[in-house]
Amino acid sequence: MKPVYHIGKYFLLMRRVFSKPQKGKVYLRQIVFEINNIGISSLPIISIISVFMGGIITIQAAFGFNSPWVPLYAVGFTTRESILLEFSPTIVCLILAGKVGSNIASEIGAMRISEQIDALEIMGINSASYLIFPKIAAAVFIFPFLIALSMFLGILGGYVMGVSAGACTGYEYIYGIQAFFEPWKLYYSFTKVIVFAYIITSVSSYYGYYTTGGALEVGRSSTNAVVYSSILILLFALILTNLFLNR
Amino acid sequence: MIEIQHINKTFGDRHVVKDVSFQFYQGKTNLIIGESGCGKSTILKLMVGLHLVDSGAVIYDGVDFTAQDAMGQQEIRKKIGMLFQGGALFDSQTLEENVRFPLDMFTDLSDEEKMERVNFCLEKVKLVGKNNLYPAELSGGMKKRAALARAIANNPSYLYCDEPNSGLDPKTSIVIDTLIKDITTEFNITTIVVTHDMNSVVEIGDNIMFVHQGQNWWTGNRTQVLNNTNPEFQDFVFASEFMKTMYKGAK
Repeated sequence: MKPVYHIGKYFLLMRRVFSKPQKGKVYLRQIVFEINNIGISSLPIISIISVFMGGIITIQAAFGFNSPWVPLYAVGFTTRESILLEFSPTIVCLILAGKVGSNIASEIGAMRISEQIDALEIMGINSASYLIFPKIAAAVFIFPFLIALSMFLGILGGYVMGVSAGACTGYEYIYGIQAFFEPWKLYYSFTKVIVFAYIITSVSSYYGYYTTGGALEVGRSSTNAVVYSSILILLFALILTNLFLNR
Repeated sequence: MIEIQHINKTFGDRHVVKDVSFQFYQGKTNLIIGESGCGKSTILKLMVGLHLVDSGAVIYDGVDFTAQDAMGQQEIRKKIGMLFQGGALFDSQTLEENVRFPLDMFTDLSDEEKMERVNFCLEKVKLVGKNNLYPAELSGGMKKRAALARAIANNPSYLYCDEPNSGLDPKTSIVIDTLIKDITTEFNITTIVVTHDMNSVVEIGDNIMFVHQGQNWWTGNRTQVLNNTNPEFQDFVFASEFMKTMYKGAK
């Protein structure tokens, strides 16, 4: 019965989170702060991972397509499809679940055990809404930009590393990344990103908000946040893939 | 005035607060005292709604807090200031931002008016010029004073202080006690202090409830504390050799 208990408690928390903001100006300020805290601070890790993963995917594709029957532009095509459909929206979001999710859970958990959340409640502030809503709004807004950047850098990394490693020529790679492109697949990718942004921030906030005890429990909440966010990301990736791509 | 009427609270099979009733008066420093674990902090949390009462009522100037829905309770809480045991200052905000926070949330004052109020509150607690320090840069006593400044920023009608002297040296404790007393009389607030510090009891206790095993065991004021005849309360008051020598010896 424990999963049912947690699901119920999660939705009750979300009802409080999405109640009317008490002071729009303060919330807006918090959203801008969280965009920087959650989004902009994640740029370096996303950039590094994307460039290297793009290169790795390209070289591996070239290695796998080592046949006269497969045209070399297939390397660029495969890199683009892998990055646009799965690597950037899903794998990068899993990485963000680790970075952003643990950060959110430990921040809110520490506020809980040091009575800062009680202080908000006693001031007459809806602490769930004030603390969690700006994080969700910021993530849902900024994650698509982060992932778009990740897609660009992944494809660029594939070009630079693939060409310099001799996996394919620049012309073939660029032809490949343009070949058979279906724009609607971007809707699929960015829908996933928005869903994952919501999952990461709301699930991590849930574990942080209901932390009890001391430093040990804050660490445990942080771990739970990452574990359950990751599981839910994979589950929803499967559901959305089935909905969009299963013909 | 705040009145608690027959409140009860149970955690699992532990009956922590047992049928406690008491009246807390406006303009007075009302104290809830007792040994550690006797239920005094739980009573405070029941009064502000951080825990839900199992039965009984908490009445704020005629309004039953326990009968209100979440919105109604939020409205009453806007009139409450609270000083937490650890200060509970927001780590990510400077002292100025901490004190300004309730003003940002609940008032439509201009930036200049807010700054004027922030500086007034910081002056009250003798933290002038410390506006840009973060909580991590403050000493224990300064944190308590900063939290007190935040608690009074929005002109509360009720002020709660949970163990305001815990972890402080005797001199700083007296500073905090004096501040609480002065603020209470100056702004005519209903102040409730939870403490087990005997100095506070004899210095600022206008109206005292002694809690023992979750029950209201003794009530009175600071002049009656030393002459009480209640055996459990005597054990509490004269627990230290110092108190025994000073008062019982003198007698």
